[in-house]
Amino acid sequence: MSDTTIEATPAFALELIHLSKFFGGLPATQDVSMAVRVGERRLIIGPNGAGKTTLFNQISGDLLPSSGQVRLFGQDVTRLRPQQRAHMGVSRTYQIITLFSKDSLEHNIVLGLLGLKPARWNMLRPIGFYADLREAAHDILERVGLGAMAERRVNELAYGQKRRLEIALAMAQKPKLLLLDEPLAGLSAEERGSIKKLIGSISRETTVVTIEHDMDTALDLADTVTLLHYGRVIVEGERDAVIADEKTREVYLGH
Amino acid sequence: MRKTVLIVALLAVLVVFPFFMGEFYINLASQILIAAVFAMSLNLLVGYGGLSSLGHASFLGFAAYACAWSITRLGFDPFAAGALALVATLLLAAFFGVIALRATGLGFMMITLALSQVLWGLAYRWAAVTNGDNGMSIPSRPRLFGLLLDDAASFYWFALGVTLIAFVCIAVFIGSAFGASLQGTRDQPRRMAALGHDVWMVRWLTFIYAGFWGGVSGLLYIYYNKYIHPTSLAITSSAEGLLSVIAGGAGTMAGPVVGAVLVVILKNYVSSYIERWNMLLGIVFLLIVLFVPEGIVPGSRRIFLRLRGASKG
Repeated sequence: MSDTTIEATPAFALELIHLSKFFGGLPATQDVSMAVRVGERRLIIGPNGAGKTTLFNQISGDLLPSSGQVRLFGQDVTRLRPQQRAHMGVSRTYQIITLFSKDSLEHNIVLGLLGLKPARWNMLRPIGFYADLREAAHDILERVGLGAMAERRVNELAYGQKRRLEIALAMAQKPKLLLLDEPLAGLSAEERGSIKKLIGSISRETTVVTIEHDMDTALDLADTVTLLHYGRVIVEGERDAVIADEKTREVYLGH
Repeated sequence: MRKTVLIVALLAVLVVFPFFMGEFYINLASQILIAAVFAMSLNLLVGYGGLSSLGHASFLGFAAYACAWSITRLGFDPFAAGALALVATLLLAAFFGVIALRATGLGFMMITLALSQVLWGLAYRWAAVTNGDNGMSIPSRPRLFGLLLDDAASFYWFALGVTLIAFVCIAVFIGSAFGASLQGTRDQPRRMAALGHDVWMVRWLTFIYAGFWGGVSGLLYIYYNKYIHPTSLAITSSAEGLLSVIAGGAGTMAGPVVGAVLVVILKNYVSSYIERWNMLLGIVFLLIVLFVPEGIVPGSRRIFLRLRGASKG
């Protein structure tokens, strides 16, 4: 990463400051603070129920925190709606596949591209006339290896292909901050390898924050790792330091 | 190509229909057209927005009352009164939308029902404005290009023209980029927001648009009947629209039209032969739910394709 090109932009893509979320009296995330540099690859790991997805939902705006602050690219966005954050360059995938299952792959991507364009308010021009969007959709589908299936419907896809489309839908928007919620969940070793290669190919202009449940599967995607447990940050730092840390072993190995 | 021929043939039949049919059937057809515009407007919400409204009669009834009021109290001519009524209906829809779209699903359904019940109550009780249970009458139908639409055939052609305009306008809306976004918010609202779409605004604008065409059906209604009564605002009126949409096929352009044909024929034609026409309506819907649960139009398409597939082996 060349530091000169990002001089003018804020140093951090994402900052969380004392972020807490309670469901009723139940804490889901507690006093989480972290800062992710522009261009960084951050992996958030933690066992089931650690609050990883709740944390993501607060970053994307799906959930409002009970207290604390979310900052994107140096700006306080704590009260902004998800679509406003999307327009600032945030894009996410979902752990549970959330696609337009009756529509073609191409149409899925076109809807995504449309989300950031003023054309989404156009009530006259037929959606099929947006050749530029369709071309861009084909490009991204080609890139994730689904180019040949552009006209097929999503519900004809195999699970691993749907995972790819999830990522393609988020990548198509050329986000500045990409949030991947368990992109490798439920995939075979072979599929995991190819998804990792895909994520590895994303340019360093995009900051990537990934959630994974298993520690080992996604480690090679990360520069830095944050370990969450019961909604709190237990360990954070460079990848190797976190792996070596005793507390990490405690959480994952139970001794 | 074959589709174009079919459409042109259908249009030709619709246009020459009054030359071959008696007044009773022409009037029946006019009533079907009014119900079709109403059902198409409701379909924008139910079929394309995933928002099941049980209060859509609000817009039909309000526009009809506003038009009758402007004619009788302000002395407007029917078309000027109609224009005024449509503007008022747009404002009403904008206001109702803000309230109703605080919820989706059942909550949305209940709020729309409650809002329409408020209007129904006003129409019944605020007799100083609405004439209460006596309803409101207008002296005559409008005059189009100097031609009074008083006979069955000329009103039918007028209603047919309005219906075709409504059909095209709604089809363009649904086929547009905005229409694609609307259907996206129906299928995956959360994902749409994450992609940058303003889900609430998309729904609200659609609600207003649906209210507008509901208002247009209300104008046709008052012009046709020259009379409006509070029952037009009642839940049965909204429910008939909803039944038309669901029976014909929600989320298709032709579905609500087919549904309107079915409901109006059962209600206004079959009812003169069978006293318990409501029971028959119930049985027909039962059959639809059993055999073509997705609605008549998509259901028959499915069956047709299957039969063709079977015959080809």
